This record gives sequence, structure tokens and C-alpha cells, in this order.
Amino acid sequence: MTDRRAERAAERRRRDRRGLLIATVSTVVVIGGLALAILTSPGWEDVQRTFFSWEVFRDSFPDIFKAFWLDIRVFMVAEVAILILGLIVALARTSTAPALFPLRLIAVVYTDVFRGIPTILLVYLIGFGVPALVSSSTESGGALDWLPTEPVILGGIALTLSYGAYVAEVYRAGLRSVHPSQREAALAVGLTERQSMRHVVLPQAVRSVGPPLLNDFIALQKDVALIAIIGVTGEAFRQAQIATAADFNYTPLLGAALLYLAVTIPLARMLDRWQRSRDR
Amino acid sequence: MSERRPLVFLLALLAGVAMLVVAGCGDDDSDSGSGSATTGTVSLDDCTPDSLETLSSGTLTVATDSPAFPPYFEDDDPTNGQGFESAVAYAIADKLGYAESDVEWVVEPFNSSYRPGPKDFDFDVNQISITPKRAEAVDFSSPYYTADQALVALRGSGFENATSLADFADASIGVQIGTTSLEAVEASIQPSSEPRVFDTSNDVVSALKQGQVDAIVVDVPTAFFLTAVQVPKGEIVGQFPAPGGDEWGALLAKDSPLTGCVSAAIDELESTGELEELTQRWISDAAQAPVLE
Amino acid sequence: MSPPVIEIRGVTKSFGELQVLGGIDLAVEEHEAVALIGASGSGKSTLLRCVDLLTEIDDGDIFLDGEVITDPSVDPVGVRRRLGLIFQAYNLFPHLNVLDNVVLGIHKGQGVPRSEAEAAARELLARFGLDGREDDNPERLSGGQQQRVAIARAFAARPRAMLLDEITSALDPELVGDVLRAVRELKGEGVTMLLATHEMGFAREVADRVGFLHEGRLVEVGPPEQVLEDPQTPETRKFLRRLLDAGRA
Repeated sequence: MTDRRAERAAERRRRDRRGLLIATVSTVVVIGGLALAILTSPGWEDVQRTFFSWEVFRDSFPDIFKAFWLDIRVFMVAEVAILILGLIVALARTSTAPALFPLRLIAVVYTDVFRGIPTILLVYLIGFGVPALVSSSTESGGALDWLPTEPVILGGIALTLSYGAYVAEVYRAGLRSVHPSQREAALAVGLTERQSMRHVVLPQAVRSVGPPLLNDFIALQKDVALIAIIGVTGEAFRQAQIATAADFNYTPLLGAALLYLAVTIPLARMLDRWQRSRDR
Repeated sequence: MSERRPLVFLLALLAGVAMLVVAGCGDDDSDSGSGSATTGTVSLDDCTPDSLETLSSGTLTVATDSPAFPPYFEDDDPTNGQGFESAVAYAIADKLGYAESDVEWVVEPFNSSYRPGPKDFDFDVNQISITPKRAEAVDFSSPYYTADQALVALRGSGFENATSLADFADASIGVQIGTTSLEAVEASIQPSSEPRVFDTSNDVVSALKQGQVDAIVVDVPTAFFLTAVQVPKGEIVGQFPAPGGDEWGALLAKDSPLTGCVSAAIDELESTGELEELTQRWISDAAQAPVLE
Repeated sequence: MSPPVIEIRGVTKSFGELQVLGGIDLAVEEHEAVALIGASGSGKSTLLRCVDLLTEIDDGDIFLDGEVITDPSVDPVGVRRRLGLIFQAYNLFPHLNVLDNVVLGIHKGQGVPRSEAEAAARELLARFGLDGREDDNPERLSGGQQQRVAIARAFAARPRAMLLDEITSALDPELVGDVLRAVRELKGEGVTMLLATHEMGFAREVADRVGFLHEGRLVEVGPPEQVLEDPQTPETRKFLRRLLDAGRA
């Protein structure tokens, strides 16, 4: 009996090893083949010098790395604002009280508009439009002087408005995914509508929206780079662009890309793990 | 077990990327250090439309960005020969034996003008500054203009009365990406806050108009056009030399066979005084702004 | 003579074209257990939901302790706090553990301080044979255990009446017994109940009166010996015979 088991175990091990060997060999062959094709192609030297120059990377990376700290800060603050704004909009949209109709309408318009405009356009519009409004209002009395004009803040606002709309939809889907019987059960034990939302429906909705939200989170980290176009110099992508244009070498952009990957890849793995644990 | 296979793949991928980077280590200096002007070794007599290996034989293809701004081009139309760089381009073409009708213009955005690989033009004039680092990626002709930097501020901002660069230490300053203005600002003014870098010159101008920045730094001819047309309330506070000087050259493909001839043409324009004449005609006010220290 | 705990007068309810309740008159006295039997779709669940104000009635009135509850001016929350409803699908809160499922209603709904609420909850859970499971996630429990948690949850606030909506229909037969035992215990305490059920044996044992709901009308109401053994109306007889044939009576 145990002999058969040992035999089967050995056979399985052998098959696993074979599988691993095949996987490794095929990977090396494909990647190696690609690499060989690239490295031996004419013009590779040029491309290598312009995109993969170690010298340029070494020289430009410290500044880009320092600038990335700004990206991280903007992204942290924006994410919190987005989660809050998205929740408010989602709750406004799912409310049923007639008195809240104007709010519901605003929420619908907001979601449609800010999901419909490309984020880069929004950053541009707000980044340049708001200061224009403020400066023209300053000339005629200063009614809008209180609006912020710092590009980092405006960029953050644009990102928040844009992503808030997507996140609101994610929340809405989450709320809808909680079975109506849960609300009824909550009412049946004597909770008010608001209590049932707060203690029963919302907690369950939030749990189910975790993975899609993390997905949006990862996308946001990359879109923080968009604030570069409104003149935020101390930002990683911008620094890379400056270095690139100064020396006609694209390697700094690669450096910036690596930094973004350093943040988004771990998050993506975390997302995978989270989704796997929920499926189980 | 199913966990190991993706890991193997990832390692192999990383190894591949590392190979790409490392494979070039030490190759950086193997190319000629400076591909700029090879004056003296090419005679203009040898440069004719028949002998020049242009993109399309018999035609000289010149590139610039779009929109093309005064005073370097007029009406966004390089073919009219108006504007400093348009005039210089046609002058170069003439020296090389091309008729006006043999010159073709194409649009090449600044950011792609220096990418590796064959170019879509024979040479590119776009207020491009010559630097040794840049010369590793492209060829430059002899310089056809030396640009200084100008500070432009809005009348009423207070900065228009500045008399020295130090007065701008606490100002917020706007510059355009890819210009030497940023280096100039950082080297000569050393402002306390980071200068704002914008994608296009339109954005820089907007920033000044909206009061997003206290002042902008652009090269002198651009400053004159700006204050005359785009920002009437703008004033040129003064000019200062860019660190290490700022020379503009035509951009060509690395090791282009045309570089020698284009340089020879420019050198000829220089020695006959034609270049000076063109400069006077199109950027004549350059000498009038006070020099700031 | 105090008014009946629950009184239903002339209640009608339609969903679109379909009339589910066509004029129901029924009273449930204090300590009384009234069982509703009838085919699926006969309106049993709907009636219970109407009493708990989860579904709005079209016409008629419902009274709790003599006070009308179906008037728009009446706050439904207050009414529901005096009633306990148990669902066929248990509907426990999956994001809370067993204890908190029972605590939530009395703590947040009735305002009972947490420590008191927890103590009361533990006591109830123990009574229904669930001590030791307080910290468990409800989804780990068997159907019978989950339903008993639901009973504890509904009973925790000591409601004026309990509404039981086919609470054993979703259970495997061997789990039904524990649940029935819990209900029997409640009956023994004198809890007023209105229950919809398929279990004739259960109705026979627990109910003081049985009502047969047929196509939205209460066709026959009376003591179980009568309605179940010796039905007076043809509809009732037909229904019971069908059940017998299917081995359910």
C-alpha cells in the first residue's frame, strides 16, 4: 500500500520537475531569443544609448527619486479625498427621500461629467482655468479670490474630481450587491433606515468594493504624473522630462517608470491576493 | 508548485531587461564625443544638390515645430521665408545650391526630433541649443545664433523695476521645458522656490498672464515678441547670458552626411555678414534690453 | 377585555395585476399562537411582512395592541421595535459574529447599553443551545443553528408578538427539530405568535388556532383539531388531501 503511495508521489515529483524544466527552458528560449533579436538588430546601439544608458540613468535618477516623494504625497492625500467624495456621491445617488432630489440630480450630473472627460483634459482645464478665473475676478472685485491657484493643489483637485466619479460608481455597485433582505432584516430588528445603512448595508458594501477600489488606487498612482503638465516641477515624471529634453536622452523616463512600478506592482500583487482570499 | 512557475518567468524577464541595460555599459564613450560642427574639413564647393544625400534627392527637407512662433517664423508658415529661422533656412538652402522651390518643410515636434533612428528631415531648425550631451545623440551644425535669456514680468507686479538678478530670488518663475532657460534660472538666479516648467511656450505665457508666476524666463527674441504681441502688459526687465553661453544650431541625424555641408553653409553666411544681416532684420531689438547681473 | 395583540381588518394587497391578499380579517390574542397554512403564493409571507410594515398594504387596517399601525402618520420604526420577525432564509448579518447579530437590534435599536445587551444575548443564545458559538461567523453554523440565532435575535427585545415566516422551510429535515424545540419553548413562555408554516405537525402542536389561506382569503379559521383533522370547507379539504398524498401531513 505504502509502496504504491511512494511510487505515485515519486511520479508526481518527476512530472512537476519536468514541468518546471520545460517552463524554464521555454521562458529562457523565448526571452533569450527576443533579447538576441533586439541586441543584434542594426540601430540597437543607438536605441540602447538613448533609452538604456547607465550613465544617464545614474546621473538623473537621484533628482527623479527625490521628486517622486511629491507624487506619493499627492497620491495619498488625493486617495483619501476620493474615497470620501465617492462615498458621498454614491449615497446621494442611492437616496430615495424626495427632499434629496436636487442632491441626487447633482450626483448624477457630476458622475456623468467627470467620468466622461479625460483626466488629462481635466487637469489642464482646472490647472489653467481656475487661475484664469481668479485673476480676472481679482481685476473686477475679487469675488473668487479664495480659490486655490497652486498647481499641485489644483492638480490634486482635478484628480479627486475625476476619480471620485469612478469610485462613486464602484460604491454604488457595492451597495447594490448587498441583498435587499439584509436591509429588511435590519429594519425588522428595529433599526432606522439610517442605522440599517450604517451598521448593516454599508459595512457589507465596503467589504465587497475593496478589490475594485484598490484597482482604481493603482490607476491613480500613475495618473498623479499628469500634474506635471500644469507646471509642477518637483514631480517625478516632470523631472524625467526635463532631464530628457535637456540631454536628448530618454533614459530618465525609464527611471521614472521604474519608480512608478516599484509602487504599483506590490499593490497589484496585494490586490491579487485579496481577490483570491475572497474567492475562497 | 503553481507559485514557482510565475516566479521563474519573472526572474527570466528581469534577467532579460538587465541584459539590455548592462550590454551597453562602457559603450557610452565609444561614439565620437561631439558630433557638432566639422568646419574646415568640408568645402562649400563640394556641396551641391547632386552630391548631397538628402532624404529626397534634389529636395532639401527642413523641419520645425508647430505652431511656429515669431520672431523665428511668421504666420505659422515656414514657407514664406519670413522670420529669423525661416530666413536662415532658406539662406542655407541657397548656399547649398537649392532653389526656394526645392525646399520642403515638415513638422517635427521637439520631443521626437532627437529620437534615435532615421529622421524625417534633412535638418531641423527650432531654437535648439547645442550642448555636448545632446551632441551624443544628434549632430549639430555650426551655431547660427547666440541667445541670451530675458526676464519678463507683468507691469504692476513690482518685478518690472528689478535691477539685478538677485531681486528675483523669491519670485516664482516660469520656463518652458527643453529650453536652456531652466538651467539659466537655476544657475544665475538661484530662486528659493522651484521654477515652474511648462510643456509649451503658450503655457508659459498663460502662466504669466494669469499671475501663476511672477516672471518668466525665455530667450531674448521670444521675449520681444511676447511683450509686443501676446502679453502687452509684460515688460522685459532685462537680459542675462545663459551659463556657458547658449548657441543654437541646426539639428541633424547622428553622423549625418549633411552636417559638414550645412555647417559650411552657415560658416559662409557668417563670414559674408549675411547672418548678421538676418539677425539684425528679425531680432534687431536684442541689444536694447538692459543687462542684469 | 384587552384588545388583541395583533388585529388585521380587511387588509388587501396587490402586486401589479396580481392580488395577493383579498381582504383578510384576523385577530391574534395575547399568548395566542395562530398558524397560517396554505399553498405557496397564497399570501402567508406577504401578510406577515405587512404586519411588520415591510410591505405597504393597499386597503384595510392593522392594529397592534389596539392602536392602528398602518396609518402613514405612524412611525414604522417604533412598531417594528415591538415586533419580532424571523425569515425563512434567516438573513443573519454575515459581517457580524453570532453575538453581535443578536446584540445589534437591542443595542442600537432599543438603546440598551452594550454590556447589558451582550449579557442578555448570551443568555438567550445559551437557552437555544448555542453557547460557545457567540464569536463564530454565522456562515459557519448549520442552517438549524443559524435559524436559532435568528430566533434569539428576534426575541431579544421581548417583542409584543413574534412573526415566523416559514422558518423551517429552508432547513434539512434533521435540523428542523432543534428549531421547533426553540419555538415550543417560546410558546411555553406565553409568547404571542403569528406563524406561517408548512409543518402540519408543528401547527397541530403549537398553534391555538389554524387559519387556511387560499388565494388571498382566509377560507377557514379554527382550532387545529378542526381545521387539520376535520376541515369544513372544500378548499381546505382539497389542500390537506394534496398534502397527505405528498406525505407532508
